[in-house]
Amino acid sequence: MADQTLRILVAKPGLDGHDRGAKIIARALRDAGMEVIYTGLHQTPEMIASAAVQEDVDAVGLSIMSGAHMTLFPAVIDLLKEKGAGDIGVFGGGIIPDDDIPRLKKLGVAEIFTPGSSTQDIVQWIRGHIQGRL
Amino acid sequence: MPSQRRRPPSRAAKDAPRNVSGRTARAVSKSKALPRASKAPRSPGTRLYDAVAMRAVARETARWDAETLAPVTAKTPLRQQSFQTDSGIPIPPVLTAAHRRSATQESLGLPGQFPYTRGVQPTMYRGRLWTMRMFAGFGSPEDTNKRFKYLMAHGTTGLSTAFDMPALMGYDADHPMSRGEVGKEGVAVSSLRDFEVLFDGIPLDQVTTSMTINASAIAALCMYIAVGEQQGIPMAKLGGTIQNDMLKEFIAQKEWIVPPRPAVRIVVDMIEYCSQHMPRWHAVSISGYHIREAGATAVQELAFTLADGIGYVEECVKRGMAVDDFAPRLSFFWDVHNDFFEEIAKFRAARRIWARVMRDRFGARDPRSLQLRTHAQTAGVSLTAQQPYNNVIRTTLQALAGVLGGTQSLHTNSLDETYALPTEDAVTLALRTQQIIAHESGVDRVVDPLGGSYYVEYLTDEMERQALEYIHRIDEMGGIIRAVEEGYPQKEIGESAYRFQREVEEEKRLIVGVNAFESDQQGSVEILKIDDQVAESQIARLRKVKAERDPRAVERALGKVEAAARGTDNLMPPVLEAVKAYATLGEVSDVFRKVWGQYREGGAF
Repeated sequence: MADQTLRILVAKPGLDGHDRGAKIIARALRDAGMEVIYTGLHQTPEMIASAAVQEDVDAVGLSIMSGAHMTLFPAVIDLLKEKGAGDIGVFGGGIIPDDDIPRLKKLGVAEIFTPGSSTQDIVQWIRGHIQGRL
Repeated sequence: MPSQRRRPPSRAAKDAPRNVSGRTARAVSKSKALPRASKAPRSPGTRLYDAVAMRAVARETARWDAETLAPVTAKTPLRQQSFQTDSGIPIPPVLTAAHRRSATQESLGLPGQFPYTRGVQPTMYRGRLWTMRMFAGFGSPEDTNKRFKYLMAHGTTGLSTAFDMPALMGYDADHPMSRGEVGKEGVAVSSLRDFEVLFDGIPLDQVTTSMTINASAIAALCMYIAVGEQQGIPMAKLGGTIQNDMLKEFIAQKEWIVPPRPAVRIVVDMIEYCSQHMPRWHAVSISGYHIREAGATAVQELAFTLADGIGYVEECVKRGMAVDDFAPRLSFFWDVHNDFFEEIAKFRAARRIWARVMRDRFGARDPRSLQLRTHAQTAGVSLTAQQPYNNVIRTTLQALAGVLGGTQSLHTNSLDETYALPTEDAVTLALRTQQIIAHESGVDRVVDPLGGSYYVEYLTDEMERQALEYIHRIDEMGGIIRAVEEGYPQKEIGESAYRFQREVEEEKRLIVGVNAFESDQQGSVEILKIDDQVAESQIARLRKVKAERDPRAVERALGKVEAAARGTDNLMPPVLEAVKAYATLGEVSDVFRKVWGQYREGGAF
């Protein structure tokens, strides 16, 4: 894993335009030596899953503030599975109430980072949990 | 700093602006672009301080520096090598009248007097308190109507409507893009029927209403006008504000439908229409709030927002409108963040810059065209999920800064807003915060209480100088629309946001409960949940509206919207006709997408 550069798709599902967090994460991961692709705003789950497959990424990081995470996060995971890319790890962050976190994890989201998380925590978590895909 | 002792107080003498006031004004009248502050001549005017006395103060300050300050700092070093504001403005060890030796009465003015540094009204809160306008909107129109009535019963003095993401992006509740979003981040509205429910039982001639909506603002305003007509209230009697600031959408908030140029054309149509038909309505609220929340510094918020304002005025003038016909109804919206004095200075600098720009660059003569009137909101981005009750304290300090800065209206955030939209209890506490400042603190009794403070005046001058540099750079780029198309403000804001995050992570900047004074005990707060049932009932109502309306009338009206969009006729009359025929917000937006295309931003970061 150590020698392989991880490829991460940072994605903004849903209609909210709050991209401050997504862009900071994208920069921090790049500064940590990862290859980062950022989707831009207002992406549908279909657009995100297609981009993940096309770009052959190792993980997808979803950022959302609009409250639609319970709908959109599982949709991305289901679509990745449909495309035979269920091994791409999915993590997320944003305004996500505590009660929703166990439910999201049960639905297949590997980790959720809430406000106040440091970018270094996220970098460490990715290094520890995301395997480079061959 | 021994080498600098000859011109005391050392750093201040170097860093303090040589009075910016007035200099721009004279030069600007000759050229369209604002001159660089550093090249401008010294301002004429009535000196506030006697030159001989100032030399004595400067000498005394030099002596203080050497004999009083230096021995102390030699023995006990300062907590930091240097101090600066959150925008990076250096803060000298002490400020005295000597720093203000070239200050003039003309650059300060008196309250209600050009250049309005001290406030736009001569009486300020002695005449009338600021409007306590609590932003509300969630779930169904019924839910939000109930919250409006609750807030009115508890002393809020103006309504303020938050719309959900589908409405802001021009999609109806049944659109595939609206999945999971209906009613989540604001109230769900698709058609006039929803507006009828939203304002049911609220006489629109007795309240003023603010609507935070931009890309689809034209449909929302027309629906509001239509509800007024149903209540028997002509549009001329409707009072309020529609945010309708598309430039800041492209810069920061990023809710859009069509590209910048057609988006601004719609804004100008609305300003033009309102200036002719709605004398009590503010057709645009030029907003720094979202620019700041996206990561801008206070100086950048000030600069980019005023540049947006200049952009709208230029476009209206190009349209052939006389500046004094529309400028009196332009309004502003600032964020109030943590750095207490810098925030106060921002309000003061904004008023002074705007007054001069309007008078000297655009030739406005009506005093109301020169007065920057503003709403303000405490900084949502400063709230923390950790130890949420601390947010009450942050909001209190920010609200106080907004009031000391002289805002005309204020929203205070609720302590639970890092988790979700606020509960009724949380929003009540936020409203009470304003009421305590207004009725118990005593700050309402005097106009511009910090006027003349060496520090606040220094910050006001310095923020003005730095903002004018940005505005000059934007002028050189060909104006704000071009700058936005090139992504210039977006990039500047991204840099600031990243720098801020690094400072937090490196603990150069401490945030209580986040990277300092952390506590294991998580304060838990009750959270407002939006039922998915809302989406179903909204979609059902939308289907009913579509089944009951006259499809030919809708088609005819939308055809007129398209014709106006392709030509140069004002879009307001055909959109008004369309929404009255129950054409939906999504259908009106679809016409715009068809004519101008859907805007998309690239994935640069």
